[in-house]
Amino acid sequence: MKKLLMALTMAASFAVAGSAHSAEKLKVGFIYIGPPGDFGWTYQHDQGRKEMEKALGDKVETTFLESVPEGADAERSIERLARAGNTLIFTTSFGYMDATIKVAQKFPKVKFEHATGYKTADNVAVYNSRFYEGRYVQGVIAAKMSKAGVAGYIGSFPIPEVVQGINSFMLGAQSVNPNFKVKVIWANSWFDPGKEADAAKALVDQGVDIITQHTDSTAPMQVAAERKIKAFGQASDMIKFGPETQLTSIVDNWGPYYIERAKAVLDGTWKTHNVFHGMHENLVVMAPYTNMPDDVKKLAEETQAKITSGALKPFTGPIKKQDGSEWLKAGETADDKTILSMNFYVAGVDDKLPQ
Amino acid sequence: MGMFEAILLTVATAATPLLIAAMGELVVERSGVLNLGVEGMMIMGAVAGFGVAQMTGSAWLGMLAAILAGAAFSLLFGFLTLTLVTNQVATGLALTLLGLGASAMIGESFVGLPGVRMQSLNIPFLSDLPVVGKLLFGQDPIFYISILLTIGVTWFLFRTRAGLTLRAVGDNHTSAHALGVRVVRVRYLAVMFGGACAGLAGAQLSLVYVPQWVENMTSGRGWIALALVVFASWRPWRILAGAYLFGAVTIGQLHAQALGIGIPSQFMSSLPYLATIIVLVLISRNKRLTLMNTPTSLGKPFVPDR
Repeated sequence: MKKLLMALTMAASFAVAGSAHSAEKLKVGFIYIGPPGDFGWTYQHDQGRKEMEKALGDKVETTFLESVPEGADAERSIERLARAGNTLIFTTSFGYMDATIKVAQKFPKVKFEHATGYKTADNVAVYNSRFYEGRYVQGVIAAKMSKAGVAGYIGSFPIPEVVQGINSFMLGAQSVNPNFKVKVIWANSWFDPGKEADAAKALVDQGVDIITQHTDSTAPMQVAAERKIKAFGQASDMIKFGPETQLTSIVDNWGPYYIERAKAVLDGTWKTHNVFHGMHENLVVMAPYTNMPDDVKKLAEETQAKITSGALKPFTGPIKKQDGSEWLKAGETADDKTILSMNFYVAGVDDKLPQ
Repeated sequence: MGMFEAILLTVATAATPLLIAAMGELVVERSGVLNLGVEGMMIMGAVAGFGVAQMTGSAWLGMLAAILAGAAFSLLFGFLTLTLVTNQVATGLALTLLGLGASAMIGESFVGLPGVRMQSLNIPFLSDLPVVGKLLFGQDPIFYISILLTIGVTWFLFRTRAGLTLRAVGDNHTSAHALGVRVVRVRYLAVMFGGACAGLAGAQLSLVYVPQWVENMTSGRGWIALALVVFASWRPWRILAGAYLFGAVTIGQLHAQALGIGIPSQFMSSLPYLATIIVLVLISRNKRLTLMNTPTSLGKPFVPDR
C-alpha cells in the first residue's frame, strides 16, 4: 500500500513538473509580511503581483503566502514555495533576509529576490526603494503646514529603512524651518491597528499637529481625521480614510520591477543585482498633494521634481548627527552604503534611537 | 480637554475590549471549559460588526450582529468539545485559526471602506464637567456595557443560585451531575456567553477603537484576554484591574516615548505584559484563596453516564 502511494505521488509530481514544462509557465512565488488587505505595504506588493499577472498573462502563474512572521517560520515558508516548483520567489520584508539566503543555498536553480535587504548571492538579488526621497518631500510639506512646529512620527522597528525616513523627513522639514521638531514613537510592530491608533492619539495629546507613519495600517490616518489634524499616508494612497486629512502619501509602485524581473527569467537574462530605485525610476510615487494651499503644493512639486532629476539629494551636507558631531561636510552626499546601514539620527530629532 | 483626561480616555478605549473578552472567558472557565478560541471569536465579531454596521449604517445593529456572530461561532466549539468530547485545547486553537481565516475571507470586500463609528454619549452639562465629565458621561456605549458586565458577572457568580450551580459544575462536574445538574447544558450556555462577549469585544475594535476592517485587526488581544483570566485567578474585579493596568501601561509607554525619554522602545513595548503579570501574581499570593477560586474541572472532558 505504502509503495503504491509513493509511486502515485511520484507519478503525480512528475506529471505536474511535466505539464509546467510543456506550457513554459513561469511559477512566481511571493512571501508577504502582512495580509494583502492591510491597505499599506503588503497591499502594494500584491498590486505589483497582480500587475505582473496582467502584463504577462498566461506566461506566469503566481502564488503568495501571507502574514509570514520574520523568523523561523519564514525559512519554512520560503522553502515551501521553492519545493512547490516556483522558480522566481520574491520575499518582501527586511526580516526575511537571512532566511532567503539560507533557502537560496539549498535551491541553486531557483531565483530569489529580497526586498529592502543588503545580502546578495548568485541566485539572490536585492531590490530596495528610496522611500526616504518621498519622506523629504513630506518633511517640506510638514514644516509648511504645521502651526505647532512639531510632527509626530510612528515608527515600526529601528532598522535602517525606517531611520532613513525619519532623518530625511527631518532634513526636509529643517530646509523650511530650522527649528522644526519631530516626536517619534516606536510601535515595535509593522501591523497592529489598535496600537498604531493609540500611538497616534498619544502624539496628538502631546501637541503634534501633523502625523506621519512607518507602520502599515490606516489607523493613524483615521485618528488624525478624527482629531482634525493633517497626516501622511504610508505605502498606498490612503485618501479614503482621511479625505480632508491626507496631505500626500508615498505610494510603492512595485509592478514595473516585478514585470521586468519575471521577463528576465523568461528570456534567460536574469542576473543577481542590488538595486536601489527611487523617484527617478518611478518606484517611489507620490499620491496627489491634497488639503494644502497652492504655494505649499507648488513647493512640494518643485522638491519632487528636483529629487526626480537628481538635482536634490536629501542626504547632502552640511548635516550634523544628533550628538552634534559632523556627519557630512557642506556639499558632500552620503553614499548608498551609509544610507543602507543608517543607525543614527540627524540633529533635531527629539528621540533616542533604540540600539 | 486636558492631557491627563485625554490619556485616561485612551486607556479606557484600550482596556475595554480586553475586559469584555476576559469577562466572557471567565464565565466559560468557571464552568470548567477552557476555550482558547477567544481571538477567533473576537475577530468574527469584529468582521460581523463592521459588515452589518456598514450595510445598515447603524452601529447598534453592527454591535448586535457581532454578539450573535461570536455566540454562534462559539456554538461550534461547544458542539465539538461538549457533545463530541474533543480535546478542548486543540479545538480552541483550531477555532482561533478558523476565525482568523474565515473573517479574512468574509471581510475581503470590506477592506478599504470607511467604517461607521459608534457615537459617544453626550449628556448636556454632565459631559462637559471638568476632568470627570468626558470620562464618566462622554464615552462610547460599549465602555458602559463593559462596566455593567463586570458588576453583572460578579453578582451572578457569587450572589445567585444559577451562579453557584455554574461554579459547582466547574469545580466538580461528577458531583454536580450526581446532584442532578445538567452539566453539559450549563456548559453550553457558558460557552455561548463567552462567545457573545468575545464578539462584543470584537465590535468594540471595529466600531469604536479603529472603525475600519482589516484582516487580523485583533492582533493578539484575544490571547491577552485569556492570559488576564488566569493571572486574575478567575476573579472578576481583578480582571478589571488587570485590563486597565495593561491599558494604562500600554498608553503610558507610548507617551513616555513621545516625550523622548531615552529608554529602549523594545523594553517599553514589553512593559505592559511584564507589569500586568507581576502585579497580578503579587495580588494572587494567597495560595488558599487562589486554590479556592481555581475551577478544578477546568479543561477536563465530561461524559454523562445517564
